[in-house]
Amino acid sequence: MRALSENKKAALLSVLLLVVGCLIWEMSIPAQKAVGELTEYELLTGGGQPKAGVPPPSQVLGKAWEQLSNPFYDAGPNDKGIGIQIGYSIYRVLTGYFLAALIAIPLGFLIGMSSVAYKALNPFIQVLRPISPLAWMPLALFVIQDSEASAIFVIFICSIWPMLINTAFGVAGVREDWVNVARTHELGPLKTAFTVILPAAAPTIVTGMRISIGIAWLVIVAAEMLVGGTGIGYYVWNEWNNLDLTSVIFSILMIGVVGMLLDSMFGLLQRAVAYTE
Amino acid sequence: MNILAGLSEPTSGVVKMDGFEVSGPSLDRGVVFQNYSLLPWLSALRNVTFGVAARFPQWGKARVIEHSTAFLAKVGLTGDAIHRKPSQLSGGMRQRVSIARAFANEPKLLLLDEPFGALDALTRGTIQEELIKVWSDTDQTVFMITHDIDEAILLADRILLMTNGPMAQVAENVEITIPRPRVRNDIVEHPNYYAIRNHLVHFLAQRSAELSGKADGPNSPETVRIDLTGEAGTDDPEPAPLLRAVEV
Repeated sequence: MRALSENKKAALLSVLLLVVGCLIWEMSIPAQKAVGELTEYELLTGGGQPKAGVPPPSQVLGKAWEQLSNPFYDAGPNDKGIGIQIGYSIYRVLTGYFLAALIAIPLGFLIGMSSVAYKALNPFIQVLRPISPLAWMPLALFVIQDSEASAIFVIFICSIWPMLINTAFGVAGVREDWVNVARTHELGPLKTAFTVILPAAAPTIVTGMRISIGIAWLVIVAAEMLVGGTGIGYYVWNEWNNLDLTSVIFSILMIGVVGMLLDSMFGLLQRAVAYTE
Repeated sequence: MNILAGLSEPTSGVVKMDGFEVSGPSLDRGVVFQNYSLLPWLSALRNVTFGVAARFPQWGKARVIEHSTAFLAKVGLTGDAIHRKPSQLSGGMRQRVSIARAFANEPKLLLLDEPFGALDALTRGTIQEELIKVWSDTDQTVFMITHDIDEAILLADRILLMTNGPMAQVAENVEITIPRPRVRNDIVEHPNYYAIRNHLVHFLAQRSAELSGKADGPNSPETVRIDLTGEAGTDDPEPAPLLRAVEV
């Protein structure tokens, strides 16, 4: 054990925790049945019926194998592969997210560079920012009249704030010296923005983008539960209605995995734009 | 310094260069800042090409890189070092990059704002010599602010002495009568060296405080010429690097 590096020790411990956790989970299920005392939750989820209840990890693993070996099958509106459902969700998240970036980053630049713009827009930002994105849903559905576009709008409205605030903060914090370098080299405002201010503020901007993609992925699940039709959020809710808890647990895990992948993509981007002074 | 560079506006009066008023920052006036002001996300070479490309927009990429590499080599930066980021360079190397960036732009006037203030004495000596080397290849007019008397005598043709603030003003224009090329080790042997040095020390220690706050002082500073060698004056009209010694 002594010769193992820190990373290897950590990895070993992670695997150990996983195995122990799964074992406890697996063993706790028949025990609950044996007692026969079911909580209201278990009754509601079908715990009273034979073989129903929270599925053991082995069953979830089997489900995962079954789903992941054929992720893109399409057998009608209520029976699509997990790959298709996740694909829909990612498509919505990315569309809403990039629309938000398209507005938040230039607007953030403006707010960061002009204190008048900052003071003028700040009250609006402060009021709009704490609104739960799902609160916009009814209004979006009414105005846009399209559930798909409404879901995208909800993603748009929730991912715009961290990007806007971080961009403004990053741009306002660019060191005066670097701006002076641009000025003594007679760079125009646009050239200064792209060659000096953007790279200087990039780490803060990308941090905002990373926070935004995380929030967007949190919100899409809830939004799809509301709008229905397709997507991972709909899938979770649909499987709940089917009382297929194995699928529910499996899709929860998939939401986590996809969220982690999205976040680590931005982690890589963050590393690419980072610099040390 | 910021006013000379055009980065700040004077409260009153104007700065004129070649008969034209300075109305903002310009590529005609290159600046080397005390804190180097390199862009930390660019490599040393890219920091220099950044300036060269702005100065000579008509040049091709290869020519910009060639020109920049040449100036980096003049300050002793070659090989792998020019591809490193400023954070991976020592303070002395960063200031070298900053000097290379300013000289590579070939401005009409180069402004150095205490460029060696943050460096240790050994590094400072080396870079002073490199500065002389780069300068003698270009005969660039240089205006430099320094607190270091020896540095001023080594580098300057003229030293403008400032009184203490508030209302600090140029009190004297001391000509340095030590012939070039100057080498740190040899100029201390020159008969004029200590005469000039003593004059400067006396000024900084005593008279700069006495003269401070007197706004009614002489409008054009008195020229002081100390020459104990009795040689004919070196009145050659080459562009002289100006040097201002400021006591804080």
